[in-house]
Amino acid sequence: MNKEVKNVEEALVGIKDDMTIMLGGFGLCGIPENSIGQLVKLGVKNLTCISNNAGVDDFGLGLLLQSKQIKKMISSYVGENDEFERQMLSGELEVDLIPQGSLAERCRAGGAGIPAFFTPAGYGTEVAEGKEVREYNGKPHILETALTADFAIVKAWKGDTEGNLIYKATARNFNPMMATAGKITIAEVEELVPAGELDPNEIHTPGIFVQRIFKGEKFEKRIEQRTVRQK
Amino acid sequence: MALDKNGIAKRIAQELRDGWYVNLGIGIPTLVANYIPEGIEVEFQSENGVLGMGAFPFEGEEDADLINAGKQTITTRPGASFFDSATSFAMIRGQHVQLTVLGAMEVSQNGDIANWKIPGKMVKGMGGAMDLVASAENIIVAMIHSNKAGVSKILKECTLPLTGVGCVKKVVTELAVMEIKGGKFHLIERAPGVTIEEIKSKTEGELVIPDNVPEMVL
Repeated sequence: MNKEVKNVEEALVGIKDDMTIMLGGFGLCGIPENSIGQLVKLGVKNLTCISNNAGVDDFGLGLLLQSKQIKKMISSYVGENDEFERQMLSGELEVDLIPQGSLAERCRAGGAGIPAFFTPAGYGTEVAEGKEVREYNGKPHILETALTADFAIVKAWKGDTEGNLIYKATARNFNPMMATAGKITIAEVEELVPAGELDPNEIHTPGIFVQRIFKGEKFEKRIEQRTVRQK
Repeated sequence: MALDKNGIAKRIAQELRDGWYVNLGIGIPTLVANYIPEGIEVEFQSENGVLGMGAFPFEGEEDADLINAGKQTITTRPGASFFDSATSFAMIRGQHVQLTVLGAMEVSQNGDIANWKIPGKMVKGMGGAMDLVASAENIIVAMIHSNKAGVSKILKECTLPLTGVGCVKKVVTELAVMEIKGGKFHLIERAPGVTIEEIKSKTEGELVIPDNVPEMVL
């Protein structure tokens, strides 16, 4: 089945105000930067965004925060973004902070048809407020529910026209789980090849989870913390 | 003399054991990787999805797709692997990682830890810290004993929103190594030249002081 769409404009057709969107990436690593740029252009508002981080002030999801398109963020860590912190502390932005492992598992569960699960993470903290607690193996666990989204937007290294995806290094992060949890999943890739060119043994995300795939026009791939040693 | 950040990292590195998989948090914990004792092999896990982390890359060899949980550019060692975030936390929650080292703003004598939020002032989020402390068997906290105003962060009870309850086993500060057992801090070692009186004065929580408190050997 051919999932290829021409470009980012075509890929994001149907995204409207008030929708819930999952976006892959960890920090600025493995984020769907072409799609984020298009979301800014579309000007869709009141979005609920599920993403581990919120970008930095002038890149990644930070761009959607600057343009006040996000109503609510569901994330685990938002430390590198001043505008985010300002909007959150002033109450303009609704924020649901959840432990990173729980966020990953909630997306995985959403895509896998598991409505909820128990985890020890967050027990005894603010995160556990209002959640069912059960003891397993002598240890308290809290009930976390699955997350799904109207659209999931992921970024992969290579993809084929069937929607099969291969990620590179730590740019994989949240992308595979989110790819499974979107009603419509959009993949932007650096290299798009005809079906049959990728080795089936090496596929990370099988094409069944992807509805639209396109080759991103430009990948800036900004580095957040450039750390090097001298030769 | 009180230890600097590298000194704290060096002392924590002495806790490493051969064959362990270890998760290092952001800040002082990251420095532990620089002081692996000779003759042992450990592998570092970073929760964003890499096992077998190596040194920072040489200038010009950075790869935007290869970072650690602190978003720093890294390299990998032979035998490294990459995985998604759900798999990463399966390693952590499933207790396949033998040691977690992380920073803290406060710890309490029953092993509670706070490190993610100062209400009304700073909210960075917990990242992976809550998953790590809820599951790890062996958690060492690397932190500074008291703040700049001299107020202790080694407490009877944490004042900040918690990251986890009853989970910290050991605390290494610029002044001391302490174990948490039976709802009390137990002084195990002191930094070279640091007096027991100084440690006592900067520890608000209940501190058990044995007759003999050796100096750290770094």
